[in-house]
Amino acid sequence: MSHIELQHITKNYPGVTALDDINFDIKDGEFFVLLGPTGAGKTTTLRVIAGLERQEEGSIIFDGVSVDDQTPSDRDTALVFQQYSLYPTMSVYDNLAFPLRSPLRRMSAEDIKKKVEETAEKLRISHLLKRKTAHLSGGEMQRVSIGRAIVRSPRVFLMDEPLSNLDAKLREALRVELQHLQKTQGSTTLFVTHDQIEALTMADRIAILSEGKIIQVGTPEDIYDRPASTFIAQLVGTPRINIYDAVRQEDTITIKDSDIHLSAPQGITLQPKFQMGIRPENIKPDPDGKLSGQLILTEPLGAETILHIQSGQSVLLSLVPGMTSYHLGDTMKFNISFDHIHYFGLNGDRLQA
Amino acid sequence: MATIELRQVEKKFGDLHAVKPLDFTIHDGEFVVLLGPSGCGKTTTLRMISGLEAVSGGTILLNGRNVTWLHPSERDIAFVFQFYALYPHLTARQNIAFPLQAQGESREKIEERISEVAKLLRIEHLLGAHPGQLSGGDQQRVALARALVRRPAAFLMDEPLGALDADFRESMRAEIKRLHVLQHATTIYVTHDQVEAMAMGDRIVVMSDAQIQQIGTPSEVYYKPANLFVARFIGSPGMNLINGHYAAGEVTMAGLDNRYDVPQNWKSALEKGLKGEKGVVVGFRPEAAQINDSGQLVGKVYATEMQGSSAVLHLTINEDEIIHIRTDRLIHYPIDTLVNFDINPQMVRFFNPKTELAIELEVTQ
Repeated sequence: MSHIELQHITKNYPGVTALDDINFDIKDGEFFVLLGPTGAGKTTTLRVIAGLERQEEGSIIFDGVSVDDQTPSDRDTALVFQQYSLYPTMSVYDNLAFPLRSPLRRMSAEDIKKKVEETAEKLRISHLLKRKTAHLSGGEMQRVSIGRAIVRSPRVFLMDEPLSNLDAKLREALRVELQHLQKTQGSTTLFVTHDQIEALTMADRIAILSEGKIIQVGTPEDIYDRPASTFIAQLVGTPRINIYDAVRQEDTITIKDSDIHLSAPQGITLQPKFQMGIRPENIKPDPDGKLSGQLILTEPLGAETILHIQSGQSVLLSLVPGMTSYHLGDTMKFNISFDHIHYFGLNGDRLQA
Repeated sequence: MATIELRQVEKKFGDLHAVKPLDFTIHDGEFVVLLGPSGCGKTTTLRMISGLEAVSGGTILLNGRNVTWLHPSERDIAFVFQFYALYPHLTARQNIAFPLQAQGESREKIEERISEVAKLLRIEHLLGAHPGQLSGGDQQRVALARALVRRPAAFLMDEPLGALDADFRESMRAEIKRLHVLQHATTIYVTHDQVEAMAMGDRIVVMSDAQIQQIGTPSEVYYKPANLFVARFIGSPGMNLINGHYAAGEVTMAGLDNRYDVPQNWKSALEKGLKGEKGVVVGFRPEAAQINDSGQLVGKVYATEMQGSSAVLHLTINEDEIIHIRTDRLIHYPIDTLVNFDINPQMVRFFNPKTELAIELEVTQ
């Protein structure tokens, strides 16, 4: 396994800068997630690392050595895509054995068998080894694709939205298995996704990509608790963070078009106009709460319920545990957990440390 | 306004029984969700109610009137597919007016309805714009306005949010529910997404294998699933279901030598429900387990997931079974750590593994 560095990577397509001075590094054994909306440049970044695309500027470095002049096969990366690319006429066994049978490897049939069986066990597909891949379900096919990547020990795994085509339950299950596998194997992994829950749950660190630029790198906690901008704050977390225009007058701040007044925080210089972000779990119903609004909608999700509370013209989303017995139209008293308020400038940039 | 009643309604395509005879009633003003995986028969059921699909048997009543063999246009029901299809060459106003013009409504009536619905959806300022000039969210609102403007007796919606990305889906979900709260039009809503079903439905009809598995409020299907399918399908992650053996008030489980004392109030129900069967399935929601050093049950850490406002701890309790516990958001357990936990006795459920049905607690006193 290895340490991967991207230094000043720039990639242009006619008329567009797809990647604009990308810098980050993936540490040995790290699960690194590249998160961003469609078109941000995630897949291009992955393809440049694999050597499938050539950057115009900058360098890709594996363990201190530039691989810019190496072919994809010399770079020894393993790719897993959203679309399973398996040989449909071959059995699962032969699909898994395929990368090991390369004449360059000179592995004995016995060693190959051992390796394939080990891999199948890790991915819980031992019972499928004799099956043709055309006869597998989507989830099984994606397990085999992942198996074919991990059966050899490449320097880095590059995964491009591998769970996106699976249904919700399967995605959840495979997400957990993939994380377990990566942690127990200590494999260096770059995982590309547009799904914030995959990023939060699987990553050691996340890089947020937007319009070809890296706009924040950090642990899932960093990204969730200290988003660098309103864009990032809204990209992670569900239900979405509440973002409001707000005004400051002396020591009082007010959410625009609402009856919500709070005291200004210490240690942050707020202009008269700014933006505020409050995660729904930090708006807490409390019979003795200092703030109030009217309950206009509830969305029970099972483990939690989303409450929509209206104050003036503004609506606040609050997330509370369990199923609630509040009634629509009720006046709700609540508190806002003061330490968890995010302050942003009008341009969207974070104001506090 | 409408009450819709299905009596022994079924559908066969040749040898395939796409919908087995089903009975249920949607009350006036109710928001009912048909929920199930693809191929379960939910869309076919909706299409039979709309008249787009002929029934193979049974009767459909609309406000007590038999509409089983009426043409779709004679049923006064609006069918809403995915919301995005607006006419690009027409303005928002013209798009919304379209269904009313098709019905031959007067100009004044059309104007009146448009301004009403535009106000409701807060799109008054957008009426002159073409779809191409609108944001994705505003396009959805215009499409919703077009569906609402007709004021049919009932709305039938088939995965209307399916094509939207996660963010829009969340906000449109709330928007549709809010409109329902304000207007109380009878609505039948088809989805495969259990989150949508829970968040929106007054009642949920859970379907699988061409038949109804359970009909209930979100709270009923979540806390008291009727069978193993519903227990697994509802919730994210689904209900934890552990196989065990029942004897003398105790369930023993494979693997880590786990023994679970059945709460006193369940014992007689279990003995009756299992009918001498030894196997039992113990079910509990991820938030019903509490980590506790002296907890009766134990599992080995497989993975932890920080999900934002909370975290999920995944524990293996034997070679095949992984359970999920919802916990505080910032937990750091190394893989293979042994973690003890208890199950909240108010939130435990039991199932008969042979029949897959829930065992009901007898209500005494």
